[in-house]
Amino acid sequence: MTTSLTNSIAQKQQSWLTGVLASQTFWVFVAVIVASLALSFTTDSFATSKNLYNITRNVTFTAIIALGMTLVIITGGIDLSVGSVLCLCSMVLAVVMHAGYSIEVGIAASIATALVVGAFNGFLIAYIGLPPFVVTLGMLSVARSLAMVASGNTVVFEFGPDNDALLALGGGAWFFGIANPVMYTIVLGLLTGFVLRWTRFGRHVFAIGGNESAATLTGVPVKVIKVAVYMISSLSAGIAGIVQTGWLGAVTTNIGAGMELQVIAAAVIGGANLAGGGGTALGAIIGAMLIEVIRNSLGLLGINAFWQGTFIGGAILFAVMFDRLANYRRNA
Amino acid sequence: MIKVAVLELKHISKHFGAIEAVKDVSFSLEPGEVIGLMGDNGAGKSTLVKMMAGNFKPNSGTILIDGKEIVMNRPVEAREHGIEIVHQDLALCDNLTAAANVYLGRELRLGFGPLRILDYPTMYRRAAEIFAELKSETRPRDLVKKMSGGQRQAVAIARTRLSNAKIVLMDEPTAAISVRQVAEVLNLIRRLRDQGITVVLISHRMPDLFAVADRVIVMRRGTKVADKEISKSSPEEVTGLITGAIETV
Repeated sequence: MTTSLTNSIAQKQQSWLTGVLASQTFWVFVAVIVASLALSFTTDSFATSKNLYNITRNVTFTAIIALGMTLVIITGGIDLSVGSVLCLCSMVLAVVMHAGYSIEVGIAASIATALVVGAFNGFLIAYIGLPPFVVTLGMLSVARSLAMVASGNTVVFEFGPDNDALLALGGGAWFFGIANPVMYTIVLGLLTGFVLRWTRFGRHVFAIGGNESAATLTGVPVKVIKVAVYMISSLSAGIAGIVQTGWLGAVTTNIGAGMELQVIAAAVIGGANLAGGGGTALGAIIGAMLIEVIRNSLGLLGINAFWQGTFIGGAILFAVMFDRLANYRRNA
Repeated sequence: MIKVAVLELKHISKHFGAIEAVKDVSFSLEPGEVIGLMGDNGAGKSTLVKMMAGNFKPNSGTILIDGKEIVMNRPVEAREHGIEIVHQDLALCDNLTAAANVYLGRELRLGFGPLRILDYPTMYRRAAEIFAELKSETRPRDLVKKMSGGQRQAVAIARTRLSNAKIVLMDEPTAAISVRQVAEVLNLIRRLRDQGITVVLISHRMPDLFAVADRVIVMRRGTKVADKEISKSSPEEVTGLITGAIETV
């Protein structure tokens, strides 16, 4: 009896290896590696330290927000406001620090802005019942406009007494020569992965995306969790904004424009299911990597930048198709 | 010695505006009994079940559990009183495993304070024990997405075993599954009964009712028209009672 119980518990529907081979994330990762190797051999400029330096930084901003977006997508929602929220949070940080306040005050104001915006989105979606698409589309417009109001639509590039601390935060490399933004991405990625796999909150995020009414009936606090995921999404945009400000050393009111689409693309390419119920932290990061490798390689191969959208769009369609094909095979 | 009813309804009525959904219904349920609750659409059986499940409060009448009067304001309170519901659509998340579904909303955790992680080993073990108890082939790590209708029922029923429920309300458990799986579900119901659990079975399927129920309660237009042992009734009589061809017994 005990042995049969043990067997039953140990029994998985697929082995570890078939699980990996069936995962979209794995094949996207293979694509990233293959593309990188191919570019290293065909161009002189890809595998240079300067280019890799650029790539890793560019990946991180998309990847950090894609982590928050993945949580929203798992619940079956969408957050279109992240690009504008990134801009607003960067601008709040810049304006506060420019006015002479310390970096701590600047970051606190920026994070608080992100959380308020996220809570507002989440409240309208969870408690008023408005569609996420519409609410966050509205916020996309509102947040960027507020950034313009806050700065008088100017470029801020002096950050008061803590100017150097901010630039070090975004541009430094405090651990073993690994660039700070990369470190932040790794830490946030691990944290997101941990939350999804090991916490009750993470379990409930998946449950809401799988069957919202079932989650409600079994006593999952659906509304609270929905507000929380939109707050996390905004928070991730705010963190990316702070890091990016330190990295760029200047904030304009058009940073992050159109970024929401790139972030959603990264999450979806990495295996997040727009219908809800599926997605991983690792997938979000690997999806962001593929997008950046595509972007970067087009430039290096001398292909007109106008083609960028076509290739990234193609990657999205391919990823979704892959998912459909994998499901089709499973059901057949 | 008189057995104390596990659940007793006394003169329960419920109206929605001018519509009287349930009129002065009384009955009592004993431990380890399977009761078939029958009635046409709109006869009031769903309203009755929703009152037992804590979704609605009756306008008048009392509900007693183990002889004590209770008032329920929310479905969670029904669970606290030992009443579990298996919903018609089963309320399962396809993207989660069997064990995750069994423990949905009451996940076990290790650690303390805010640093608590899901206790996978205990949840897997307990879920496996319940499936073994129900003699179901379902395994804790199986994804619900890939399960048959019968296995899905087993998961939904396993949920009711977590809390040691005294009463399980099942809404149309055999409505949308194949013939072979119906037999599986009826066996699950017998296992629950053998463990002393009272099962209220709401069903349209006469053969299933006569296969497992000990007693049948028939509702028509909000009132109880019959409450008798299944062995003293027949499918023809129950059909007559549902449609009104037979007034009452």
